[in-house]
Amino acid sequence: MRMAQYILRRVVFAVFTLFGLSVIIFVMARVLPGDPARMAAGPRAPEWVVEQIREQLNLDKPLHVQYFLWLRDVFNGDLGYSIFTKRSVTQDVIEYLPASLELIAVAAVFQILGAFALGVLAGMYAYRWVDNAIRLFAYIGISIPAFGWAVIFQLVFAWKLDLFPVQGMLSVEAPERITGFVTIDSLITGRFDAFTDFLKHAVLPAMALAIGPMAQEARLIRSGMIDNRYKDYILLMESHGVPKRKLMFKYLLKPSAIPAVTVMGMDIASLLGNAFLVEIVFNWPGFSRYAISVMLNKDLNAIVAVVMVIGVIFIIANIIVDIIAAYLDPRIRYVERGE
Amino acid sequence: MAGEKKEALLEIRDLKVNYKVYKGTLKVLNGVELRVGKGERIGLVGESGSGKTTTLKSILRILPYNASIEDGRILYKGIDLLRADERVLNEVRRREIAMIFQDPMAALNPVFKVRDQLYDIIKESARGKLAKEEIEEIAYRLLKEVRLPDVERVMDSYPFQLSGGMRQRVVIAMALASARELLLADEPTTNLDVTIQDQILRLLADLTMKRNLSVILVSHALGMVRKMTDRTYVMYAGDIVEEGDSGEIFENPLHPYTQLLVETAPKLTGNWNPRGVPGRIPDYLNPPPGCRFHTRCPFAEQICREKKPPMIAVEGGKRVRCWLYYKR
Repeated sequence: MRMAQYILRRVVFAVFTLFGLSVIIFVMARVLPGDPARMAAGPRAPEWVVEQIREQLNLDKPLHVQYFLWLRDVFNGDLGYSIFTKRSVTQDVIEYLPASLELIAVAAVFQILGAFALGVLAGMYAYRWVDNAIRLFAYIGISIPAFGWAVIFQLVFAWKLDLFPVQGMLSVEAPERITGFVTIDSLITGRFDAFTDFLKHAVLPAMALAIGPMAQEARLIRSGMIDNRYKDYILLMESHGVPKRKLMFKYLLKPSAIPAVTVMGMDIASLLGNAFLVEIVFNWPGFSRYAISVMLNKDLNAIVAVVMVIGVIFIIANIIVDIIAAYLDPRIRYVERGE
Repeated sequence: MAGEKKEALLEIRDLKVNYKVYKGTLKVLNGVELRVGKGERIGLVGESGSGKTTTLKSILRILPYNASIEDGRILYKGIDLLRADERVLNEVRRREIAMIFQDPMAALNPVFKVRDQLYDIIKESARGKLAKEEIEEIAYRLLKEVRLPDVERVMDSYPFQLSGGMRQRVVIAMALASARELLLADEPTTNLDVTIQDQILRLLADLTMKRNLSVILVSHALGMVRKMTDRTYVMYAGDIVEEGDSGEIFENPLHPYTQLLVETAPKLTGNWNPRGVPGRIPDYLNPPPGCRFHTRCPFAEQICREKKPPMIAVEGGKRVRCWLYYKR
């Protein structure tokens, strides 16, 4: 009950956030210099053609009218017309987003598992060689950007060692498109070859994306465990003869993991933005490439849609993280209710 | 001597503990000697920073990572706890010795319910495997015993939902679950309201008496120590400087430090020197040679600066570590 209330409040709050975001990005995209109608028509097009496109895109109307027209369409599931791809933005999103989300999902799994494994290991063996090795690895992991790792992995694991495919998302025939998510579609249609093939392709780009945030979170978990290891509440349990394993994995890990968990959500949502160069390196047919292209072409509807999609993903990730954090830390649940 | 007649339950011999810090090594415990007879109640007094908590934590081997035990023995029923392997040590921790921590705000895990923590401790304290109902029953009994109202609510609370006094009662209940022989109470009331302090100390006196537990009580409330304990050890800068019957120690202190400590203790008569003993605990990085108290001692002589005095037995069953009483 308490939890349900908490979640409901988060969701209501999220809706308002999205409204705010939509206003800001809508206005920003339009007030910044550059005439989208002219860019769509091309530099040599006569003025009346540009005028026509302007009318078509509602750019001749006052800003607030434009916004409400856009909002009305959004509620009907229509994100508008893209002057870059010359079709509905909704279609573009449906086509490009799933591949990115799947890549991010794989990256998120690596990131979370890796962060906990390395963080706990380093925290348990603090200042010993295991910890030193992990810390060195973390420094390197954080210092090299995702696309750097992408190139390194591609060279080492795909090209030199030939363990993974060099690029692309699938090298077998794609499964029938039902949800747009290759993993789900391949499982629904029983195409397990496509499923494993997809995973093989996803490993390297996902690792490249995951390694930076993973290293950072591992360090957070490590320092949390070291900070808390000699707190009275751990020593008390130790003084009562609670076995080491329970001491570490129950009483020490839970309070120590909370800061890392709260940044994980943000980190995972940011992958969508960071994925761009990695998607380029691995020629991954994802959303990031689409996002950058439309921005360079000042494709208004598409820009707003891209930002909104990223916003929605951020918000969902944050809600999930808040729920997990509230589950882990009772103080959050209760304090929020003013107890 | 009163204590020596009883069989020793715990005997600390020449305990030396250092802390490594950035600037060097803090030589904190300088050869602590302490003895607890079966069923005996021991007081341990001294200023903050004199090594009382370190002494208690050494017994259960829960010192922080930068502490190192340089020398000494802690004999519990003949076993040297400092050298006992983890299994033996844990047996003692689970069923024989328990500690009450100084700060009840910090002693309970903030993200687990009281129930979780208490149940785990009770589980460990049993010889065999307990059924869930048995654990529950013991938990209720313990919380009732420490006179917590509304036991059900307390069990399902997180520590931050309880007051300091309630938390300390929970910590005491935990200690009672494991302590069948010896209870280490590290300033159990220092961080509590004055009105609660008295209640908690009385509760402790009561419960340990009923269970015939041996106790080491660390406290700044000298009056309480005098009332609650049989013998008292006075600690200064990592040394035991005086030991004897509690009444004797406070009635007729011999060591100059004890004298100052008793003199400057807060009293209801209003004769209170709020500064405590003049001067400060010495720097543990470079502790003064000889008697560590000589830097503050009004009677310091040349020998005090050069040689650490031995423990000298004096009349009244007391022992004192001071050159003033040498060859008298």
